[in-house]
Amino acid sequence: MGGNDHIDAADLAGSRPAPAADLAARIRAGERSARTETEERLRGLERVDPELRAFVTVLADEALAAADEIDRRVAAGEDPGPLAGVPVALKDNMCTRGVLTTCSSRILANWRPPYDATVVERLRSAGAVVIGKTNLDEFAMGSSTENSAFGPTRNPYDTDRVPGGSSGGSAAAVAAGMVPLALGSDTGGSIRQPAALCGVVGLKPTYGTVSRYGLVAFASSLDQIGPFATTVADAALLFDAIGGEDPMDSTCLDRPAPRSVATLADGVSGCRVGLVRELLEGADPAVERAVRGAAEALASAGALIEEIAIPEVKHALPAYYVIAPAEASSNLARYDGVRYGLRVDAPDVESMNAATRAAGFGAEVKRRIMLGTYALSAGYYDAYYGQAQKVRTLIIRAFDSAYQQFDVLLGATTPTTAFTLGSKTQDPWAMYLSDVFSVPSNLAGHPAVSVPFGTDDAGLPIGVQVLAPALAEPVLLRVAAAVEDAAPPIGMPRVSVAAGAARPAGPAGPAGPAGREEARP
Amino acid sequence: MSAGVSSPPPAGVPEGWEAVIGLEVHCELKTRTKLFCGCPNSFGDEPNTNVCPVCLGLPGSLPVLNAQAVELAMRIGLALQCEVRPSVFHRKNYFYPDMPKDYQVSQYDEPINVDGHLDLPDGSRVGIVRAHMEEDTGKTTHVGGGGRIHGAAHSLVDYNRAGVPLVEIVSAPDIRSPQQARIYAAELRAILVATEASDGRMEEGSMRVDANVSVRRAGDTELGTRCEIKNLNSLRSLARAIEHEIGRQIDVVEAGDKVEQQTRHWDEEAQKTVPLRSKEEAFDYRYFPEPDLVPVAPDPGWQQQVAASLPPLPAERRATLVAALGGTVSAAQEDQIATVVELGLDALVTAAAEAGVPANLALARTANEAAADVDGARGVEVASYVALLTMEHDGKLSATQAKAVLGDLLREGGDPAEIAGRLGFEALEEGSLAGTVADVVAANPGEWERYRAGEDKLAQFFIGQVMKATSGKANGKAVVAELQRLRG
Amino acid sequence: MSGAARLTREDAAYVARLARIDLDDAELDAFAGQLASVLEHAAEIARLDTDGVEPTAHPLPLRNVLRPDEIRPSVPRDEVLAAAPAVEDGRFRVPRILGEAP
Repeated sequence: MGGNDHIDAADLAGSRPAPAADLAARIRAGERSARTETEERLRGLERVDPELRAFVTVLADEALAAADEIDRRVAAGEDPGPLAGVPVALKDNMCTRGVLTTCSSRILANWRPPYDATVVERLRSAGAVVIGKTNLDEFAMGSSTENSAFGPTRNPYDTDRVPGGSSGGSAAAVAAGMVPLALGSDTGGSIRQPAALCGVVGLKPTYGTVSRYGLVAFASSLDQIGPFATTVADAALLFDAIGGEDPMDSTCLDRPAPRSVATLADGVSGCRVGLVRELLEGADPAVERAVRGAAEALASAGALIEEIAIPEVKHALPAYYVIAPAEASSNLARYDGVRYGLRVDAPDVESMNAATRAAGFGAEVKRRIMLGTYALSAGYYDAYYGQAQKVRTLIIRAFDSAYQQFDVLLGATTPTTAFTLGSKTQDPWAMYLSDVFSVPSNLAGHPAVSVPFGTDDAGLPIGVQVLAPALAEPVLLRVAAAVEDAAPPIGMPRVSVAAGAARPAGPAGPAGPAGREEARP
Repeated sequence: MSAGVSSPPPAGVPEGWEAVIGLEVHCELKTRTKLFCGCPNSFGDEPNTNVCPVCLGLPGSLPVLNAQAVELAMRIGLALQCEVRPSVFHRKNYFYPDMPKDYQVSQYDEPINVDGHLDLPDGSRVGIVRAHMEEDTGKTTHVGGGGRIHGAAHSLVDYNRAGVPLVEIVSAPDIRSPQQARIYAAELRAILVATEASDGRMEEGSMRVDANVSVRRAGDTELGTRCEIKNLNSLRSLARAIEHEIGRQIDVVEAGDKVEQQTRHWDEEAQKTVPLRSKEEAFDYRYFPEPDLVPVAPDPGWQQQVAASLPPLPAERRATLVAALGGTVSAAQEDQIATVVELGLDALVTAAAEAGVPANLALARTANEAAADVDGARGVEVASYVALLTMEHDGKLSATQAKAVLGDLLREGGDPAEIAGRLGFEALEEGSLAGTVADVVAANPGEWERYRAGEDKLAQFFIGQVMKATSGKANGKAVVAELQRLRG
Repeated sequence: MSGAARLTREDAAYVARLARIDLDDAELDAFAGQLASVLEHAAEIARLDTDGVEPTAHPLPLRNVLRPDEIRPSVPRDEVLAAAPAVEDGRFRVPRILGEAP
């Protein structure tokens, strides 16, 4: 492609979006119109996304209509809520009524749910404007967003590299300034890992604080929805807006989610921080340096830092790769060509099911279904699933005892910075190792956040991970804010943009903005 | 009986053999909504009208357990003397088009009710292994091939029933004959109806019975290979299918072959069981704890409240009727008692008996006439029913007339005296009956003398004469009473 | 589990049948190898002493989450059937079914 320029994403978007908190405040005060903000974000998206392919579906008309409604309410003296007029992107595994919800899978490529996920309702009632649905590894299974039926999303900092995954689309959209906020889901690191690789903040909240109703399930006992943002404060704002009890989700806590915004700036003086050896083991030197740098910064802010070994953490990855596929094998059984989604015709229902699933699922999804089916099958349950559940108990106990000593734990989010497209697709375990530092929190159900902390020599962002016990989001995010305050600046991503990229992408790239309201085939 | 001599086998089991039978009974719970969503639990609606993201298993949907289903499951458990335990839902994974999620949410190794028993009217006791909660599947209609699955061109699925709450009651293999199986199923149904947990209609499929049957030579202690029989749509087919299966298995063993573990289907037309599939095709269900639900552990307070709210159970109600009949009853009355209790009509009998109607008359009318119109009988006003039986007992209506009035009363309701009037049954005034009897006595002095002398059978002669004089409107008992009064 | 690493094509075929996914021989071989390698890692935890350790099925200690037995609106049938690959007479149409329900 001749005539390519490298331009700051921020320039492309007109301006980098203001932090959501400021933006909402200005829109509520009538100082900025939600329509103007939405139009600017859509324009930026149209220029940047043909290269990044963060979006599967762009909801331009819907977003503008929602923005107008926010402006009307502000004009009428009403308060549209804490996220008034803030553009938000949703990972495309969250149900949106009447709007394509594909999970980046061929099997759901044309599926329009007849209902909204609880988080979508919460976003709307907080005044947010849903601007589109973002790309993911098919059914959230992956760490690079390469397992998407619609093609990979690219890292805004280097488009030859992956954005991480599975919520790579949401991470890239926020990193590139297309939206100030996005939602992702985190089953084994799918929010934190792409946040780290894209240089944004990503929070996996405590299991049960955000309703899963309407989140297409990958592994039910691990899945949790959480925010992407450019700042810790914005992540806290979004988390506060979507959390809380939901009568539609039996596994959602029956009480309000802990609120974090108010105490973010309270500092970390006296806070006991454990630097976990196992959450650095095997990390790139630059990554380890960043984590130690963050620890020093916290110490100079008054926190008490101590190294700690939690050997059980090393068992998390193998346990995870039994439990998550086992649950997934059952959760994904329903895609059988009978009630919705793809059907491949065959003379009998059994062959139809098998042909549909063969054609509809990608290789990684098949692999995990196979793995999980095997782990649950007669004769193997105790050795694999049963044993993994017991190891899960051991990991929880180990964390519980660590939290006797510490308020929060610190480590790397992921062992490396963004890797190049295709470099790990042939070796499943190498790819799975990307999650080695993030899965322990999922198994424990605890909250954890990735905060950008500088770059490696190639200028690729590094994420530092803060972990806390269940429902300790206020202290978790307070520490994260302190890390953020001390973090070396990361340059703006530079996105390669073909001349005239503002028009829809060509046939080689059936990108989101081209097919408004249409998923990529 | 001396040692070594076994008692004769029950009917339906040949000499020298023993049948070992266990029943699995699925019953649909009478909740307003489904087990995990707010869709109506309702039979016979237009297909796919009672469905939502949850019961259709749409991506992203999640189940939330219906409290009333738990309560009804506990009622069943407590009525069967089970221990109510903390329980966990599991997923039973298999593909089938009538199952929206391609797994069934059911209870596996931690069911809510365990270790109960059911005492049958014949004095035997059948153990209850467990009674657990699960969700029902949708309904499949086969097009072409005579509506059967084999040979059908294609099939159509309606998910209205998908997610309807079920309790599966698993008996111990304590049943020894087709007749005992039938009695067990009937008694269980009576309990389900009495506790208002289920309406127990086998024909509509709200109660479904599968039978596990094996045979062994009398005296053997090892169990034979069992077969499971499905498609038992009535108590009658249950008993017949078991009887047929016992015979079939004995034939196999006597021919020197081995019984193959199979699932078999009761063919109602051919009156025999036919193989459905063999063990080789056994399913690998990959049970694991349902991660979208949390454990159910009804606290003691809730359990006590449910136990306290249990209505009198069939056994107790039968005992009440036996007592009302004076403590001993005939075999025919035993059947009548079983009928009225099973149909839930025993309150009519006790109410009439308390109002002074002889219990045997009340029982007979209820077990015969009222039971013939169960819906009418369940809806009848108790006071009107008692009033009618009182009129009959007092001789104001003959038995024939009383039955006619009862028919109308059950069908349409109303005041029995008015119905009698409408039907032209001028209630005989006692005075006029006495006058008629006196006339007949005067007209037949010879017979009267013999009757006075103690020839009681002549009462029939006088009744006949009085009937003739009243065109059949007189009450026989009342005539006898008058004759006895005149005789002094 | 030392058996895990010896996952055969037949094992993979059995699992594919259970999972109801059509796979050809080449795919079965590829998956058998990849599954064996992942299971080898999973087998690391098989060696851990977990005697007397309770399994954790769920990270939350919740119990008795119940809803009242109240009717909520169903989804209109047209909307439900609109998503279906094949429909007839208000029902979901499927090709003939070979196996009986369990």
